[in-house]
Amino acid sequence: MSAIKTYGLVKQYKKNIAVDKLNIEIRKGELFALLGVNGAGKTTAIKMLSCLTKPTEGDAVVCGYSITREADKIKQLIGVSPQETAVAPNLSVRENLELICGIHGFSKDKTTAKIAELSEQFDLNDVLKRKAGKLSGGWQRRVSIAMALISEPEILFLDEPTLGLDVIARYGLWDVIRTLKGRITIILTTHYMEEAEELSDRIGIMKNGRLLATGTAEELKTIAKADSFEKAFVSIVKEDLV
Amino acid sequence: MRMITFARRCAKEIIRDPLNLAFGLGFPLVLLLLLSTLQANIPVNLFEINTLTPGITVFGLSFMTLFSATLIARDRETAFLQRLYTTPLTAFDFIIGYMLPILPIAIGQTVICYLSAIPLGLDVRINILYAIIGIIPMAVFNIALGLLFGSILGIKQVGGICGALLTNLSAWLSGVWFDLNLVGGFFEKLAYALPFVHAVELEKALFSGNFETAAAHIVPIAIYSIVATATAVLCFLRQVKKQ
Repeated sequence: MSAIKTYGLVKQYKKNIAVDKLNIEIRKGELFALLGVNGAGKTTAIKMLSCLTKPTEGDAVVCGYSITREADKIKQLIGVSPQETAVAPNLSVRENLELICGIHGFSKDKTTAKIAELSEQFDLNDVLKRKAGKLSGGWQRRVSIAMALISEPEILFLDEPTLGLDVIARYGLWDVIRTLKGRITIILTTHYMEEAEELSDRIGIMKNGRLLATGTAEELKTIAKADSFEKAFVSIVKEDLV
Repeated sequence: MRMITFARRCAKEIIRDPLNLAFGLGFPLVLLLLLSTLQANIPVNLFEINTLTPGITVFGLSFMTLFSATLIARDRETAFLQRLYTTPLTAFDFIIGYMLPILPIAIGQTVICYLSAIPLGLDVRINILYAIIGIIPMAVFNIALGLLFGSILGIKQVGGICGALLTNLSAWLSGVWFDLNLVGGFFEKLAYALPFVHAVELEKALFSGNFETAAAHIVPIAIYSIVATATAVLCFLRQVKKQ
């Protein structure tokens, strides 16, 4: 069963086509990575799928609803952790979590239970009282993902979750993402090849707004006749192998 | 409920920023103290506390514009607002959530200004209460300007436009520091075409119990507040769409 299916999605900003006729199908419970260099159109694709921006052409069905006509319903079913820092800096970690609980209309008891659950899952207990803006980049991303999960979404969008993090923080975040695998559908954008290979069930490679290839890391290696995923990626992107 | 949660968050963000406290509360109080001290040492009646305090309360409101514009611009520039756009919060929740918490802060600032002026010689009278209530229309104007600038400007531009330009406009064109009649001409006409001097005159009139004069000055302020709020809402909705 598909969690997301797109039908010729296009996003055009004046003369610049950011996403060009994107057709993908992402299965329920799958971790799907959109991999590409900067400007490939990954973030724009995620913005359309999470109803942040409307497509210029085409449509997509997310959790059974159209992104062009039923955005309000989709917003109840998705969680988004944006690329940049997306926490309220002067609020404590607990208050950030409480804010999202409040926005989703949780009762006091449900808020307390959800914060306890996420604090355990994301190892946040020691930083709950600290101001979110004073945390390191890695911890802010952790809090950001926890905030995205509060509404118990069916689909989680992670836009470049480890961008700019040091290797230790990146590995820590990978562990967090692994714990979510299989429980919900995750769409992750990244330009780190090892991240896509390490975490994803399937990978879509994008360049200049177009989806060049889709498959597991092994399948993409076969398509590109390469012995490593990095070589496969370079080969696909350079030669536009589809 | 969603809107109240968001409004509470905005209030916390503003109150917990030490720079906001320093400028929003500290600066008007320092001015009050300094100008009162100056008045005690000069022979002319330039900064008499009963006319200075209403003016300072209006000047202090320009910081409300800075607070709201900074908060919104920062939320836009970080991905925080983008995250919230993917939640069930509506445009109405955002607009009210941003504007509502600053109103009690503005009223609080006015109350503190009047209370601080009492030991400096301000007459204690019931009219102080009217003057505090009378600050609301101008506070709405300043908060709406904040929503407007926060929706269209970046964080650095907000600092320049709201932090420097608006505070100066509010200071020079409000008649707080000098009698606008003394300058006259285009400057005086310009000042009376803007709401700042009307707000100061309204406060002075309410404080002195001159309600007829107060009624005359409240009209231009109300018009500016309505126009500023409508424009701010349109600009905010436009940037939501742009996102």
